[in-house]
Amino acid sequence: MASSADRNPPPFPASEEPQPELSDMAEGDSDEGEDIFVSNSHPASVSRGVSQPEEPADLFSEEATTTAKPNGVHSDDDDLFAEAQADLSSDPSSDSTRKDLSSSSGPPSARSPAALQPTSLEQVPPLTKLLRNPQTPAGNHLHRHLRLPVPICHVLFLFKPKCLNCFGFRFCINVALCVAAGRRRGQGYFRCGCCCHQPRESRRWDECICGLQSIHQGVYFKALMFNSGCEVLCSHSPSFPRVLLQTSLPMFKSKAFTARRRFSDFLGLYEKLSAKQSLHGCIIPPPPEKSVVGMTKVKVGMDDPSSVEFVEKRRAALERYLQRIVSHPLLLQDPDVREFLERDDLPRAVNTQALSGAGFLKMITKASDAVSKMTIKMNESDTWFEDKFQEVDMEEQQLRKLHAVVDSLVNHRKELCMNTAVFAKSMAMLGNSEDNTALSRALSQLAEVEDKMEQLHQEQAGSDFFIFAELLADYIRLLGAVRGCFDQRVRAWQRWQEAQSTLQKKREAEAKLLWANKPDKLQQAKEEIAEWEAKVTQYERDFDRIGMTVRKEVLRFEKEKAKDFKSQIIKYLEAMLQSQQRLIKFWEAFLPEAKAIA
Amino acid sequence: MTSIDESDKEKLRSVSVDLNNDTALLIDIPDALCERDKVKFTVHTKTTLTSFQKPDFSVPRQHEDFIWLHDALVETEDYAGLIIPPAPPKPDFESPRDKMHKLGEGESTMTKEEYTKMKQELEAEYLAVFKKTVQVHEVFLQRLSSHPVLSKDRNFQIFLEYDQDLSVRRKNAKEMFGGFFKNMVKSADEVLISGIKEVDDFFEQEKTFLLDYYSKIKDSTAKAEKMTRSHKNIADDYIHISATLNSLCAEDSTPNKKNLEKLSDLFERLRKVEGRVASDQELKLTELLRYYMRDIQAAKDLLYRRARALVDYENSNKALDKARLKSKDIPQAEEHQRQCLQKFDKLSESAKKELTSFKGRRVVAFRKNLIEMAELEIKHAKNNVALLQGCVDLLKNN
Repeated sequence: MASSADRNPPPFPASEEPQPELSDMAEGDSDEGEDIFVSNSHPASVSRGVSQPEEPADLFSEEATTTAKPNGVHSDDDDLFAEAQADLSSDPSSDSTRKDLSSSSGPPSARSPAALQPTSLEQVPPLTKLLRNPQTPAGNHLHRHLRLPVPICHVLFLFKPKCLNCFGFRFCINVALCVAAGRRRGQGYFRCGCCCHQPRESRRWDECICGLQSIHQGVYFKALMFNSGCEVLCSHSPSFPRVLLQTSLPMFKSKAFTARRRFSDFLGLYEKLSAKQSLHGCIIPPPPEKSVVGMTKVKVGMDDPSSVEFVEKRRAALERYLQRIVSHPLLLQDPDVREFLERDDLPRAVNTQALSGAGFLKMITKASDAVSKMTIKMNESDTWFEDKFQEVDMEEQQLRKLHAVVDSLVNHRKELCMNTAVFAKSMAMLGNSEDNTALSRALSQLAEVEDKMEQLHQEQAGSDFFIFAELLADYIRLLGAVRGCFDQRVRAWQRWQEAQSTLQKKREAEAKLLWANKPDKLQQAKEEIAEWEAKVTQYERDFDRIGMTVRKEVLRFEKEKAKDFKSQIIKYLEAMLQSQQRLIKFWEAFLPEAKAIA
Repeated sequence: MTSIDESDKEKLRSVSVDLNNDTALLIDIPDALCERDKVKFTVHTKTTLTSFQKPDFSVPRQHEDFIWLHDALVETEDYAGLIIPPAPPKPDFESPRDKMHKLGEGESTMTKEEYTKMKQELEAEYLAVFKKTVQVHEVFLQRLSSHPVLSKDRNFQIFLEYDQDLSVRRKNAKEMFGGFFKNMVKSADEVLISGIKEVDDFFEQEKTFLLDYYSKIKDSTAKAEKMTRSHKNIADDYIHISATLNSLCAEDSTPNKKNLEKLSDLFERLRKVEGRVASDQELKLTELLRYYMRDIQAAKDLLYRRARALVDYENSNKALDKARLKSKDIPQAEEHQRQCLQKFDKLSESAKKELTSFKGRRVVAFRKNLIEMAELEIKHAKNNVALLQGCVDLLKNN
């Protein structure tokens, strides 16, 4: 591992040091806290370089006893600092695919070198000490970095570990999109992973307005380093997201690591997974769609809010996509997924481009599939499948309708936002020209209240879109994937039937040969029959297997869906609740002003 | 055919302070019928004045009758020094009627419940427009009745008392055109007259203030209208969302069904609150701005009349000087000049009184409406909070 230190995040000491002090940092969110900061002394079982997948039960027990990620934490810090250094030194305007991490030689000077030495049993100073250590002006590094007018940067994905009832890790992509243009204008935009858009104020991370602090507390330590707002970097090249992963699973080589991935890489992963035979029947989450308009706008470098929104939307969608993949037990085991997450340099996934050879091939196979689906009717022995298919179809239709309505709601709210802003200005002017002083003051106050309302509406529109509308869009795509599974089962059946008919033909041929008495060809025919018999059995087994898988998958999917919907709905309603409470405050502040008019 | 009742009207009387103070002459519109385009108001008068034949009586009136009354008052020379209350605007059912039409066309795309809910919303909107128009007419009459001078006007009494149909002759084409032309001349005149040097500081101030304020308030009214319309659109969207969620969970057999049901229920309740927010904002804010926009126009008209009188006076002075030069017709010229001066002085005096009381009235009305609007917003937001909190708790506990 040490040899790849240049490229990888700095290697971790193999042992997990108990760092109990860290646990008090993550008060609010118990499970996250446990994951990151609770230290237990079971270092040996979790080591790098072990890539055997383990039984879920084992993993659970391991989770409970192993330390989570103090080192992961470290490496994150290091990594980010390394990045920061690299950025300082590299040419800001280049559209490079990879920042040179040769700066591992130049880690933050304040960090004691000892902390980075990969000794297996050495005590690494606890994170809190590092942060509070005056010699570790951790914030200053990045702060200095931030002060530079870097026109280019990269989107940062930070994963954090998750609760114990999952497989041990999941991602929470936290993107800090600092729009460089926005900074030129003097406003930094701070985006947190819950997709609320806050203008940069003197707000600490855990005071996120959206109220979703618990999600961020896992990355609280990072926030401390990034001054107020984690405004590290903005994205002019969103096609190069960094994927940072923290894990306690032994199958991964290191505990926390980052990788940079293009959007086409995500699409490529999906293609690879869909093509795999072994996964037939599994519901593979589809990635977000390509968008020519959005990407062109971003590439051209326009800094309008819609392109920022586009990047944010895509980032959040990619995060959810990856989270769904790794929360699926089968997909997690897949080497392609591991490669995607771990490997430094993925070969460019060219077969995802629309106009490539592979693209055309895809279109042709899709067309032929559609035709075959229409012509061959499956003889369904199990009505469960048919009923489910109908249900899925209906649900998809309804979701589409709902999505359209929610879209219209988002638009109307944006309209309300604009109208309120315009009205506020007009009211301010009216207040100015009013000659009664008390009334004039009241009218100006009213204008201010309306201004604040505009902000509220803006946030609400964001929440409408990023929480509600995107949830629906995701599930529309997922239902499409579910239908794909059913189609796979039908195809398996077709294959089986075809094999059977071929076997039948061969048997007839054999009978004919027997009758015509040609012994040499008979032998060949017998061989072919044996071969086809084997195929028939295998296809039948495949078909049964797929049937079972589909059943299991659909049930799992439904459970996940209910959970997902519930959590997102709660999130959405809580955001609305908060905004209404702020509304009350604003109007209550205005009331005495109105009463004071004489 | 819709009618309203007393208690509702109490709440509606928002824009001007309660005018029915003077018990000598109490007017209200207890009833109104709406057939197609025409609205028939029942004007009910209770009076202790002897100039009326009966102490308590009602007459049916139409919108055109109100306009006739207003025009008659404006044209009366004696009232040149008074702010004539602005005429009530024509009842406008255009918007809800359009929406009803569109709803009918889109009926096939919606479920039954959605359609009925949308229809209910539209009917509520229709009713709101109707109530608003009744209120505006009532306020017009009440302002007249509470004014010391205008309440004694003969035309006003005829309006209140005459049982037969007033059969106000609708303006024929020539008169309409003439009216239009007069308006054009008037605005040209206004421009000329605004250049006149003002002798009185008070009026100079008032003029600049009113002109400026008028343009600003007109702007604000338009923007406020747009804002309330957006609010209504959002409330409508909530209906659609709730209905679609309903149909989603009707066929759902997965564990997700409960979540969707609760959400659909919530949206149904939320949209009622949103609708009320929109309509309250409309009533308190937009109506207030609209009414005072028209009132300021009436005040501007008063200033215009006074300026006109000033111009006349100055012209008469010049005529007198010319007559003196020519030593011809001096007594007529002097008489004319004296008359003009008298008229101007009378106008100025009453205008001053009117304008000061107008100021006071305006401030009071703004205060009342702003307070009420703030209180209503708080109330509705608290409702929303309760609903949302309830739903979140339900979901979490499940």
